[in-house]
Amino acid sequence: MSTRLAKGGRLIDRTAAVEFTFNGKRMKGFAGDSLAAGLLANDQMLVGRSFKYHRPRGIVASGPEEPNALVNLGREARLEPNQRTTTTELFDGLEATSQNHWPSLEFDVGVINNYAARFMPAGFYYKTFIHPRPFWKHVFEPIIRRAAGLGKAPTQGDADRYEHAYAFCDVLVVGAGVAGLLAAKAAADTGARVILLEQAPVLGGRAPVDDAQVQGKPVEAWLSAMEADLAARDNVTVRLRTCAAGVYDHGYVLADERVADHTPGDGRPKHRLWRIRTAKVITATGAIERPLSFAGNDIPGVMLAGAVRDFAVNFAVSPGDRTVVVTNNDSAYQTALVLKAAGLEVPAILDARDVVTGALPEAARKAGIRVLTGHAIASVKGGKRVTGVSVCLQAGEGAVTEEIACEAVAMSGGWSPVVHLYSHCGGKLNWDNGISAFVPDPMRPPLNHDGSAMVECVGAANGDLDLSGTAPAIPPVWVMPQGAPIKLRLKMWLDYQNDVKVSDVQLAAREGYMSVEHTKRYTTLGMATDQGKLSNINGLAILADALGSEIPQVGTTTFRPPYTPVTIGALAGESRGDIFQPLRRTPMHEAHERAGAYFEPVGLWRRPYTFPRAGETHEQAVHREVVNTRTNVGLLDASTLGKIVVKGPDAGRFLDMLYTGVMSTLPVGKCRYGLMCNEQGFLSDDGVVARIDEDTWLCHTTSSGADRIHGWMEDWLQCEWWDWQVFTANVTEQYAQVAVVGPNARKLLETLGGMDVSKETLPFMQWADGTLGGFPCRVYRISFSGELSYEIAVPASHGAAFWAACTQAGKAFGAMPYGTEGLHVLRAEKGFIMIGDETDGTVIPQDLGLDWAISKKKADYLGKRGQERSYLASPDRWKLVGFETLDGSVVPDGAYIIADGTNANGQRNTQGRVTSTYYSPTLKRGIAMGLLKHGPTRMGDVVEFNTVQGGTVKARVRDTMFYDKDGEKQNV
Amino acid sequence: MLTLECPYCGLMADETELSPGYEAHLKRFGPASSPEEFEAYMFARKNPKGVHFERWRHSYGCGKWFLAARCTATLEVFGTYPAQVGEPPADIIAKIQARRPEWKAGWQPDGKDTK
Repeated sequence: MSTRLAKGGRLIDRTAAVEFTFNGKRMKGFAGDSLAAGLLANDQMLVGRSFKYHRPRGIVASGPEEPNALVNLGREARLEPNQRTTTTELFDGLEATSQNHWPSLEFDVGVINNYAARFMPAGFYYKTFIHPRPFWKHVFEPIIRRAAGLGKAPTQGDADRYEHAYAFCDVLVVGAGVAGLLAAKAAADTGARVILLEQAPVLGGRAPVDDAQVQGKPVEAWLSAMEADLAARDNVTVRLRTCAAGVYDHGYVLADERVADHTPGDGRPKHRLWRIRTAKVITATGAIERPLSFAGNDIPGVMLAGAVRDFAVNFAVSPGDRTVVVTNNDSAYQTALVLKAAGLEVPAILDARDVVTGALPEAARKAGIRVLTGHAIASVKGGKRVTGVSVCLQAGEGAVTEEIACEAVAMSGGWSPVVHLYSHCGGKLNWDNGISAFVPDPMRPPLNHDGSAMVECVGAANGDLDLSGTAPAIPPVWVMPQGAPIKLRLKMWLDYQNDVKVSDVQLAAREGYMSVEHTKRYTTLGMATDQGKLSNINGLAILADALGSEIPQVGTTTFRPPYTPVTIGALAGESRGDIFQPLRRTPMHEAHERAGAYFEPVGLWRRPYTFPRAGETHEQAVHREVVNTRTNVGLLDASTLGKIVVKGPDAGRFLDMLYTGVMSTLPVGKCRYGLMCNEQGFLSDDGVVARIDEDTWLCHTTSSGADRIHGWMEDWLQCEWWDWQVFTANVTEQYAQVAVVGPNARKLLETLGGMDVSKETLPFMQWADGTLGGFPCRVYRISFSGELSYEIAVPASHGAAFWAACTQAGKAFGAMPYGTEGLHVLRAEKGFIMIGDETDGTVIPQDLGLDWAISKKKADYLGKRGQERSYLASPDRWKLVGFETLDGSVVPDGAYIIADGTNANGQRNTQGRVTSTYYSPTLKRGIAMGLLKHGPTRMGDVVEFNTVQGGTVKARVRDTMFYDKDGEKQNV
Repeated sequence: MLTLECPYCGLMADETELSPGYEAHLKRFGPASSPEEFEAYMFARKNPKGVHFERWRHSYGCGKWFLAARCTATLEVFGTYPAQVGEPPADIIAKIQARRPEWKAGWQPDGKDTK
């Protein structure tokens, strides 16, 4: 059994005991422990179940590469699934529960998959669940969904907060082991601004465990001197518990700082996401030890040799009284020596190599440890924990030469440099035969904006696995024993979490998978939460061997950020709830809130959809607002309407290119409706243009189009017609705009008083400056409703007061505010188009019967050539008409007009679609506009719209002017 | 997340301050152009792996459009320059040729300058 040793443990404080629970069981640990160390100290070898076969799983590693020991951490609003116990710091009151088991960790029903394992090879899901088709939805998927999934998604909102922070530096060093510390110091010596990130809570990396001395000094003394040196420098910032998750273009690095994971609820942000821009990245990210592939290498108690060493030295945790070490390199001998020194037994070191002569092996022999060279593990014995190993010859096929009883196995298959950050932005790798690993190619680094190398690797991350710089060779040992038969290969795990075995990768190769990327997806190798950190190289080697190819030719899968998972909360940062995104509010927003407005988002704006009264549904409120606007007077907050000033000697010429109509001839004081198209000819925006003076025009755009159209104007002025003398200014937010609409509109304005708004002085489609109720204003006599209508712009700072004045003055005339839905109904009753309803980026003005707004005389305008294309000029295009349902009902939104017959997919043919559909409270019936093939020539025809429920609605084709065809209401 | 120097501000702007505007040095074809010319102008983009000329706007800065020459494969930026030019400045061409000796000059939509 695993236990706590009586002495030692460089990271733990034995005077500070902490209590925690695992699956409700109370356990004791010390401050400084990782959760994994705490679990092992309490003999909790079994910590989870694998994904597919529900095999018992124990702790394998001691760092972020851990694939097995993932737990649900915390509860309720602080529940986090898939937390790695090896990187979780223990604190008093920590609650952890194991994952992927049912009903319990000890007794798991899903383990039946294990006995059926030979029926569930690679690609099992693809192969099995295809037929019969209905079975997938009703039988297979519900079962798989219940059985699948590691961890539980929290059901409550996150109680913690997260924040983003920005940092800039000349050199960013990732990893504070010996190599990283030296790199940071060297960079700092040049005067560079340095940031040093370390994912662990302490500096030093592996050195305090693996090395007695650094640069001739005792390691602990060297480290404290270095720590003090860096801390004393103004140009160096050291951040612990901070993992560089990704390296992006031009020195952009994302790093996740676990600020308060170990002190939950103390008021600090749980994580801080650093967005760092650096001139250069130096990665000193070390190397990750590889498992060996022998039968039963997944049984709890089989651990990486380096991890066994870490637990013993850092936390004084013994994995068991007797540990068998199995290796293909010298580093694992250190584990044997450490265990021996702690008073534990190492029955044997099984070394796959035939000849072993290094200093460490010699030390092990001297310590009296039995070293068996040329030997391997035939299989590990045990179920939920190791009970022993069967020994065989590495060169053979697994004939058992000896059996050794033990509680733990420490394995080392060599070390893989952590090249992830180097590779995120395209850094290339070379295969190093000396250490059997991929190492960064310094000739092919990711590049900075200036073409210099953006990332440089140092230390073990660069393949320099030993501080001495003379690491002994690590020969390739991918399968143990080398001639293992299928019976053994079926039990050799590569990916522990996803249950991918040596046999699965070999099967994939036999079935024709050549590409490593395809094999990954077929077998799910490396697709677990550790993303193949532990065993991808082992899998690549197996694939290469099965394909009769070399590892460099097979290559690696793509390294993608993040290096370790970053919680969504950290990525969201403060962008949640009320400050999820910036909101744009009109000057009258608070008045609308007081009036009980129901708002809808329009881009980043919030606009009143309607102003419901007590007891009213939104629909009833909209109908009331429409009727009142038609009979009395309505007030609309039109402030969001885009307003762009276009000014200069060439402004008229410019607008003639921008609009389909002619704006240069518009007399001062007048307004004209205009359409804008993109170069393909499709309608992009519309609005009323007012000529302010000889060289100034004011262009109204749609609410959501203001920024886009302003950018569009600038694009043409700066990039195409840069010699034209024109200035543009987006003044949308400089003005509040109120539409006063309805038969009583003039009376309302006359009550305010201050300027002449009579028919004679201010006729339809003109504007005038003046004052109303003492407010400086510009009044446009334009209408989007068909009623007598004025749109009045006042400086934004007067908006709220002017709205209040209009409301007050309107009381005598039955004024009510109306919202965007009322606006839509009013415009649809008049057959006015709405950008985004009648248009969708594939509609040209001619489709909408807007030929009258297109100049025939102009030689050119944006979109003219596009509209001349044969397809767009075709008489067979769907064109805009109105519809009235025969039964008075409302056509469903998005409905298509069906045609005879079916298409090649067996779907009903169509001949048109609805674009706007409303109940008209004015006409007391459903009205609609839509596009219909040959529409304008089919007046009076009856067509059928499909409905969501199935069936159809019959409607008669008519013109789009449902109300006041002659315009008598607006020209008064 | 690229950084590009705005030639108007002289500022190294982060990509979050910029808006992309696709290929640079396009020649507009309007009415009276042939279908082939219009197709080339509207749809036939080079989209090369390697040296490319692009339009960018310093949207959340000075608002100016500018042009950038960069390598789409390595993201190396050879230079940025104002949009009011018909072809890339000579110093940028020289820099590209120094860094990419194999590069065949090509920035016009009709490909006439491409050997």
